[in-house]
Amino acid sequence: MQISGAQMVIEALIAEGVDTIFGYPGGAIMNVYDEIYKQNNFEHILTRHEQAAVHAAEGYSKASGKVGVAMITSGPGFTNAVTGIADAYMDSIPLVVISGQVPMSLIGTDAFQEIDAVGISRSCTKHNYLVTDAKDLARVLKEAFYIASSGRPGPVHVDIPKDVTAQIAEFDYSVELQLETYKPHTKGNPRQIKKAMEAIAKAKRPLFYLGGGIVNSNAAYEVRELVRKTGIPAVETFMARGVLSHDDDLLISMLGMHGSYAANMAMSETDLVIGLGVRFDDRVTGKLSEFAKNAGVIHVDIDPASISKLVNADYPIVGDIKNVVNEMLEQSSLVNPAKYSSWRESIRNFDELHPLTYHEDTDRLKPQWVIERVGELLGDSANISTDVGQHQMWAAQFYPFSRPRQWISSGGLGTMGFGFPAAIGVKAASPEKISINFTGDGSILMNCQELMTAVERKLPVINIILNNNYLGMVRQWQTLFYDKRHSETDLSVQPDFVKLAEAFGGIGYRVNTKEEFDAALKDAVEKNIVAFIEVIIERLENVMPMVPSGGSLFNMMLLEKKEKK
Amino acid sequence: MQDENARRVISVIVVNEASVLSRITDLFSGRGYNITSLTVAPIPDSRYARLTIVTSGSIRVIEQITKQLHKLIPVLKVYEHADLVEKEIALIKFPISENITDIATLCAAYNGKISNVGENVIIAMVADEPKRIDNFLKIINKYNPKEIVRSGAVALER
Repeated sequence: MQISGAQMVIEALIAEGVDTIFGYPGGAIMNVYDEIYKQNNFEHILTRHEQAAVHAAEGYSKASGKVGVAMITSGPGFTNAVTGIADAYMDSIPLVVISGQVPMSLIGTDAFQEIDAVGISRSCTKHNYLVTDAKDLARVLKEAFYIASSGRPGPVHVDIPKDVTAQIAEFDYSVELQLETYKPHTKGNPRQIKKAMEAIAKAKRPLFYLGGGIVNSNAAYEVRELVRKTGIPAVETFMARGVLSHDDDLLISMLGMHGSYAANMAMSETDLVIGLGVRFDDRVTGKLSEFAKNAGVIHVDIDPASISKLVNADYPIVGDIKNVVNEMLEQSSLVNPAKYSSWRESIRNFDELHPLTYHEDTDRLKPQWVIERVGELLGDSANISTDVGQHQMWAAQFYPFSRPRQWISSGGLGTMGFGFPAAIGVKAASPEKISINFTGDGSILMNCQELMTAVERKLPVINIILNNNYLGMVRQWQTLFYDKRHSETDLSVQPDFVKLAEAFGGIGYRVNTKEEFDAALKDAVEKNIVAFIEVIIERLENVMPMVPSGGSLFNMMLLEKKEKK
Repeated sequence: MQDENARRVISVIVVNEASVLSRITDLFSGRGYNITSLTVAPIPDSRYARLTIVTSGSIRVIEQITKQLHKLIPVLKVYEHADLVEKEIALIKFPISENITDIATLCAAYNGKISNVGENVIIAMVADEPKRIDNFLKIINKYNPKEIVRSGAVALER
């Protein structure tokens, strides 16, 4: 059929089964917005900043497992979106980001709102396109969705000049994709898998090292079965929270810079690391040369470039986690779970020696208590987003996660301002769950304008602001490593967060006590409207335990021992 | 390690489309890899082009480069060459006052000749292995070359 480029974008989104997109209009993308106005097939959620549109699309994608879609205009619209695109790239989130561009005739003339968008996005996308003819649009958009969601997922950016969206051309979305240069390897090599299983059977102290790739591959329940059948203890990365349930006996905890002592000691003592969908990030490994020093390494990942990038893999397996774990399950009878009982016992001892805990020794509320309390009250019924900083680490440490895709946080890029818009996307994807965003007094101000989006679209995100009047994580490092010189991290001057929420039509609470917190959370959940719950917390609380940057996992700074109140 | 910064030659077959070269060079600069030389030309009768990249690094770095190149969507194949035939061209401009016979003889020894004679300068061409080109350029230094241009290497696996 002969239609305009703008209509093609709409038709492609419909053909891909998209039900919600996030965006912000502007000059160069107006032709497409005109077609959005005319259709009823999908929702468009207007965020109040382009960065938030991309974060919302990320949250939507992470909660639903579908490709997230964001739409923005050229120039500043696009550059505002770059942080979100980079965030999705670092955390392997499948997105299609469509941007308007100045007309072809003006490209290269420094036209109004012109920027070399594909030049900028090249290094933070899985792939990108500048579409120069409407007849290419069907193929490009189909490729974009396929590339974003297959292999190691990631954001794909499609830049479309304004005259291309106006151009009339033939559109046929049933075209077969011919990507002879892109063929992701999804099936693991059976011989390698067999060898890996034999190595596991032989190992004395094997350890599962579970990563975010498991969530992307929708393989959490297969992994749960593999862990249970083999009786091998497991640590999770920050990105993998919820792969195992918090009450699984074999789950030690999160490992890494703010992982538990037991998780990090297990990694230091293991003789065989079984890495599934992990990438040996520096926040996980600490000092590389000391990481799992005496262990063999099995590494399963869909991205060959992740394997042996930082830690040499003795058993490299390139493939989709779900396929590989299913094959491993078939051979799991090779492994005798009883064999590891003393290994499990010694890990329990580590945990008893230095459990992941905190002291309630001050008048002010402890942030960890707030997280645990939300876990007790809402547990599985909430999806948890966070911003970036101390609150994020406390949430990862103390929330009782029970399922994959419950945990939505910016891991790789560490983007302050991610949490609230992401939580809006999460709520749009998963309206039956309560959408909680744990945030800090620093982070929340980086996208607080999204109060308007949430209120307008009735997406009742509950933001729990853990307020210590500090840019807390930087303050912690300054306290520990910069001789308490708290340079530019004191946030004593603040808005009235209650009034801020109310100014946008939301509801605000300021709480100082446990009783007040319980009442505020209950009220916010019952009223089911957008909320800020500002919790005044102990100012100088640190995230503990901690592996100092570049240190070894087994050399942790630990929580001081005190009598529990 | 002795080969920490050994010279390596990589050939990359890519779809011959807009901005594909930037994707390759951005990858090198973004990940801190080094490019010593890079040549690119379309492969006849196909929609592909061939790049020959001379780089340096440990085996591990080269393995990463190869894998990262593979990840780029328009990349069809990446070859890291071990046993190869490698050639490079150099053009050298000399003042006409220099000993042309000597220069011509030297050029002949390096698969070259005098390509152009002008009023004030001559231009000589040699085509040989990059190492031999290095050597040639050292030797002809005494003939006061005014300008030297090297093409970068092209290579084929034996």
